[in-house]
This record gives sequence, structure tokens and C-alpha cells, in this order.
Amino acid sequence: MVEQVAAQTNQTKTSTVFKIEDCDIYYGSYKAVRDVSMEIPPNQITSFIGPSGCGKSTILRCLNRLNDLIEIFHLTGKILYHGQNLYDSDIDPVEVRRRIGMVFQRPNPFPKTIYDNIAYGPRINGFKGDTDEMDALVERSLKRAVLWDEVKDKLQESGFSLSGGQQQRLCIARAVAVDPEVVLMDEPCSALDPISTLKIEELMMELREKYTIVIVTHNMQQATRVADKTAFFNAVPTESGGKVGYLAEFNDTQEIFGNPKETATRDYVTGRFG
Amino acid sequence: MTSFRGTSPESPSLAGLRKNSSRPRDVFNIIMTGLSVLCVVITLIPLVLVLAFVTIQGAGSITPALFTELPPPPGLEGGGIANAIIGTLIVVAIATLISVPFGVMAAVYLSEFSKDGQVARWVRFFTNVLSGVPSIISGVFVYALLVRTGLTGYSAVAGGVALAVLMLPTIIRTTDEALNIIPQEIRWASIGVGASRYQTVLQIVLPAAIPSILTGVTLAIARAAGETAPLIFTALFSSFWPNGILQPIATLSVLVYNFAIVPFEPQQELAWAGSLILVLLVLLTSIIARVVTRQKTY
Amino acid sequence: MTASDVPNTRSRTAGEKKFDGFFVGLTTAFAIGTGLLLLAISFIILMAAIPAIREFGLQFVIASTWNPVQDAYGALPMIYGTLVSAFIALLIAVPLGLGVAIFLSENFIPLKIRTVLVFMIELLAAIPSVVYGLWGIFVLIPAMKWFFGLFGLQFIGPSMLTAALILSIMILPIIIAISRDSLASLPPDLRQASLGIGATRWGTIFRVLIPAAVSGIVGGIMLALGRAMGETMAATMVIGNSNQISLSLLEPGNTIASLLANQFAEAKGLQVSALMYAAFVLVIMTLVVNILAQVIVSNVKAKYD
Repeated sequence: MVEQVAAQTNQTKTSTVFKIEDCDIYYGSYKAVRDVSMEIPPNQITSFIGPSGCGKSTILRCLNRLNDLIEIFHLTGKILYHGQNLYDSDIDPVEVRRRIGMVFQRPNPFPKTIYDNIAYGPRINGFKGDTDEMDALVERSLKRAVLWDEVKDKLQESGFSLSGGQQQRLCIARAVAVDPEVVLMDEPCSALDPISTLKIEELMMELREKYTIVIVTHNMQQATRVADKTAFFNAVPTESGGKVGYLAEFNDTQEIFGNPKETATRDYVTGRFG
Repeated sequence: MTSFRGTSPESPSLAGLRKNSSRPRDVFNIIMTGLSVLCVVITLIPLVLVLAFVTIQGAGSITPALFTELPPPPGLEGGGIANAIIGTLIVVAIATLISVPFGVMAAVYLSEFSKDGQVARWVRFFTNVLSGVPSIISGVFVYALLVRTGLTGYSAVAGGVALAVLMLPTIIRTTDEALNIIPQEIRWASIGVGASRYQTVLQIVLPAAIPSILTGVTLAIARAAGETAPLIFTALFSSFWPNGILQPIATLSVLVYNFAIVPFEPQQELAWAGSLILVLLVLLTSIIARVVTRQKTY
Repeated sequence: MTASDVPNTRSRTAGEKKFDGFFVGLTTAFAIGTGLLLLAISFIILMAAIPAIREFGLQFVIASTWNPVQDAYGALPMIYGTLVSAFIALLIAVPLGLGVAIFLSENFIPLKIRTVLVFMIELLAAIPSVVYGLWGIFVLIPAMKWFFGLFGLQFIGPSMLTAALILSIMILPIIIAISRDSLASLPPDLRQASLGIGATRWGTIFRVLIPAAVSGIVGGIMLALGRAMGETMAATMVIGNSNQISLSLLEPGNTIASLLANQFAEAKGLQVSALMYAAFVLVIMTLVVNILAQVIVSNVKAKYD
């Protein structure tokens, strides 16, 4: 089954990594996001922006089925990854997450050494190489995350010994160590100072060469600085008194910020609300 | 008159702000505070007395022979409690081997895998009720299950199982709490790089929780080592060296009980010595547990 | 990076998937097993008690003879002893424990010293009960003899009162810990609101804090009651193990737990079953008390979580 999926994935590798079709997302009977359709291109940075509660993080977490951890979550519609619906019943979510990595809002290193933080992913993914190869992989991953020079002399120290910005880059290195195709980032800089934020942004620009990146951000300047494409999600009140999120506009970043089609988008990007 | 107010501190309206220890409500407060201090003192008196007597009475018997020799026959001098020390170690080790894997796995289910929460709620509830079940009942249970049926007879194993039943709720509760403290993000991170559930639990979550789990296990072991009631008619007692885990075995706590109620002074002295060892064990583990808890990762 | 570069090793093997499922199943089985353990204990003891239940029926709990020679068994004296010793222990421990709990939840003394006090009280709970028993025999009983001697009272030593005193020492830590937790988990605004309208510290404690924490305190008292009813060693060693009801607290008595401790190892035939029956009665008594206590305590937790 798994091989089938992989094979299918290869055959249908398209200019689109993700194709979301008519997605509704529910928590229990509460509809949190309605009617999202969009396509995410490879080797670009796509950013999700929008006010709180618009469902942008929820959508992001659907892309590697992390929402499965929430018991009452369910989704209708399709999320196609190279043409394969991730929510088909025969898809193994663990496999999905091995191909689609994730970096979280707050740096969350494991309580292990820096080295083991990186090596953990490859090890559980069946890495067969010897110690030297693992050393090389750790070095390569840390270099990709532009952290190598800062930590190369203390690989055996705890991941917690690093600063917040370094921890977040360690988490990025950890994500890329398993060689995913996509890296999802859920507000990766919201817990960091401006200098660390800048470093992470530079890093994202470099990673774009190799990976498809989807980032949720609250920071519109960040979206304009790093994103090739931007999706603006909005939330509207429902009759039952709750809020439901929807995709208001999705376009090249310049268009979204320079020439928005929707009034809501214009209001948001010019800071009228949100 | 009003002109005095600001200048004279003795004006009646401001004097009322001063403390006045003869006012009824102040008297009441002082008395109540005194009473609560008295409660603390009264509560601590038994602790001090027990520790003092155990130390004074037991210290004299702490000799090398205590740790190397068998108890003397009734009425005779000398001897030691070496067989009971070894026996306690064996029985507690058996109890630990049973209860720790069982308890930790059960706690892993409660904190990591229980989906609807309903099953977990009931299991937690019954575990809490189980921890209130008298320790002697665990002995009666094992007597009916293993001793009387002849499965193990009176033996170290039967004693170990009885203690394991008592250790289980403590281990489950402390492990459950320890796992709940581990931040959710760590689990996401592991799942995010494609870990299976067992990999996340065994390689990330449990290692991070180990200091707290060890604390709980240590405290459970210390409590179990002092338990007597579940052992009296499961492990029974023996005046000789341990002879395999399917034979009756001496333990420190049962030795204290047996020797406390005989009229021979040498035996009574050994009972005090055994008590001192048990109390020191509890004291040490409590202190170690405190120190370990302070070095938690989260 | 294309999907084809992805090494094949990253696919989960069937074995890995199977083990994952097995692991989760195993933890589930252990958890449910623990939940059922209580039922198993009650069931096994009940099964072993059946011969005695057939023989004596409910008569068992109201008959007051316990005679292994004639195989006539009634547990009333032990039930009486269990209840009376536990209630007297509560009578002593509840006011003391509440006083300590209030003292420790208020800021009368610096936090550092309070932490030390809390540790000492935990230690009080950790001392093995057999050590309390030993201390009871050789220290408390002589002390009580001396004390009653001052009033010219005859006091033989092992008695219901001695057992109740030791039990009260042993349940104090439970009452203190749970009452203190209940007081400490009250929202701080409650205290501030009361102090803010000019109430004194003790006025606040009695009129606001204790009423608000009362269900937690009651839960703690129930847990302590369960503990006192089931406590074996300390009671056995100082209660005198007399299977007769004596209204004087200075006379020996017996509890179910000490009956079991004394007789099980040498019991034969119907006596074993009668002891199982007595054990079952103790299980029921402590279960009722503990379940009530858990319900109360968990409701309190739910309220402030």
C-alpha cells in the first residue's frame, strides 16, 4: 500500500505540491473553516495570513495530518499531495509526516543533546548509515539551518542550552534532517526577537531552493519579505454566533499587498483590522 | 473640633487605625493564631518522639553482626537481621519488577492514548479508589489467589505480588502526572518528523519524564519496604537465609512485628534496629526524591 | 528535491506498524487491567468467603462470638472496634489537622520554614505503620499508664484508646495534605475580597475560606476515615485483640484488619472462609468511604480546574 502511494506520488509529480479542494473543517459539529480551495506550488514560499481565528493554522496542520491528534477534528473535501488525497482511508499519517515536516510556533527541541535532536528523525526513519554518515548528516542539516558554526563545538550539550533563536533553527535543522519535500512553519518567529527573526527569514529564502515551504504568519512585513505567494484568510461571524474562516484571496504576494482584489484583504493589509 | 483632625494623632477617628491588642476581635485573632501554632506543635510531637526513640533504641544495635548474622533463637543474645534485610530487598525487587512496567504502561495509556477520555476517567477513578484499599486486603487477595490455591504457597513471590498491588496506584498516578507535565509541542515535534506512536513515547516522552517517574517509583518502593500487613500471611517469615523465591522469606517489617510482641529483650532490640533501618530508608528516599524532583527538565 | 529521492527505508514496514498497534494495545490492556484489579480483588475475596456466607449469612455481622474451636463466627465486635477506633481517631485528628492546614496555607511564617514543615508532615505519613506499632507498645502505652496512674485509674495498656491515638497520628498527614490543598486552590480574589471589606484574617478564614473549601476538607476526612478503618499493624499491636465488645475505651478491643493479621497464617477450614467474609466486609466498608471521598475530591478539583 505504502509503496503504491509512493509510486503514485512519483508518477504524478506535478507543478503543484498541494491541491486543496472544497475543504470544510469541523471541530465536533462546529465548522471552523469553510470551502477552501487552493494550489500550492513547489520550491516557493507560500504564506498564510489573516486575523486570529481565521483557521490559517488549522489549514496548515491539515497538510501533514497533525490535526489527527485532535479527537473531535474532521475534514470534508480533499487535500491532494501530488494528486494523492492525504485523507484517503488507506493513507498512513505517519508516512505523510515523514515527507511533510513541521516547525512549530515555539521552539520545541527534545530534551536531548543537539546531536540527538537532529539524529532522532533519521534514526526513526530507518537510517542505515554508520556513525560517520550520521555525523555527516547532522553536520549537513545544521549547516542548512545555518546553525553549524554556532554549535559545532557543543553537539553533546542539551538542546535547551541554546538561545530561543538558535533553538528554532535547531528545530528547522531537525525537520530538514529527514529530507522532507515540504516544510510547514506555524508562526516560526512569533516567539523570537527581531534579530533571530531576520536569521530565520534568511534561512527560509535559502531553504526554498530545496524545499517547498508553507508558513503561517501574523506578521505582514514577514509575508512581504519572504513569501512568493500569499493566501489571505478571513473570518466572518456565523448565524449561530461563532466564527468561520474562509480563504478570501490567494495570489502572488505583490498582488495581495499591492493590488488586492477583495475589500477585506485591502482592509487587512493596510492595517484597518486584524 | 475638625481643625484638630489633621494635626493631632490622638484624635479619636485616627486612633482607631492603630493596633489595639485588647480589642475583642484582635484578641480573637491572637488566640486563634496561637491555637493553630499549637496544632502544629502537637502534630510534630509524635514525629519527634518516634524518630527519637527509634534512633536511641535502634542505634545501640547497629553492629556489623546486624547485617551479617541470622536472628538468635528466642531468649538468646546476639545475632542480626541479615536474612530479613536480604528478604526485604528480594520481595521489594519482585514487587518493583511487576508494578513498574505494569504501572508505567498503564499511565502511558492514560496520558498518551486514551482517546475519548471516558475509559481513562474510569481507570483513574478506580486507581484512586484502589490506593485507598487497606494494605491488608491486598494480602488477603494474594492469599486467596496464590497461597491457598498452592500456586506459590507462602513465598517471596506471593509477598512481592501483594506489595505490587499496593505500589501500582502510586506508580500510575506519579507517572501519569509526570507525562502530563511534558509539553505537547515535544510530542508534535516527534510526530512531525514522522515518528510512530511507540517511538514518540519510548524515545521522547518517557525519557523526558524519567526524573519524575523515578521519584514516584522511589517513594513507592520506600512505602512498600515498610509494609507489613500484606506480608504476614503471604511471604510469612523465616528464621533462616532466603531459600529461593518460592519459599517463605523473612522481611524487615514482619521481623519488627514478630519481635515486638515477644517477651525477649534481645529480640525487641533487633525490632528497634529493624525499625531504625526502615525509618532511615524512608528518610533517605524522601530526601533523594526531593532533590531529584528539583532537577526536572520541565 | 523530488519525491523519488526519498529513500525507501522511510516507509514504515509492516512490522513497525504492527508493533505500533501492539504497543498501544498493550498499554490499553494494562490500564484497563488496573481498573479491573479492584473488581478482581473484591470478587476473589467474595468467592473465598462463600462457605462462610452460606453458613452464617447476614447473621455474621450482628453475631458477637468468634470461636474457632466451635467454628462459630460473628464479626460484630471487630466491626464495632473498626468503626469506634476510626471515629475516635477522626475526633482527635480533624481539629488538629485543620489547624495545621490553615496554619500552612496562610502566610504566618516564611515559605521556607513552611516547606520544611510540609516535608516533616509528609515524613509522618511515610513512617511504616509497624514502627508506630512498636513505638506504641514500648513508649505510648507506658506513658498512658503513667498518665492514668496520676488519676488513680486502672489501665492495663493495650486498649481501644491507644489504638485510636496511634491511628490519629497516622491519618493526620492525609487530613492536613488534602485540607491544605483545598485551601490553597481557592481563588486568591476570594481572600482579597473578604480582607478588602475589612474582615480580619481569622474572620476571613472562618467565614469565607473554610466554607469555600469545605467539600475538599470533607473529602480528605473521608479518605482519612478509610485509612483508619483499614490500618492494620499499628492497631493490631496496641489494641489488645480482644474479640468482645467493651464500652470502655480503656479496655482492649479488636478491628477487622487486626483480626485478619492475627489469625490468617494459622487459620484452617471454615475459619479461613470466615476471615475472608470479614475481609469482604472490610472491603465494602472502605470502598464505600473511599468512593464517596473520591467523588467529593474530584468534584472539588473539577470546580477549580
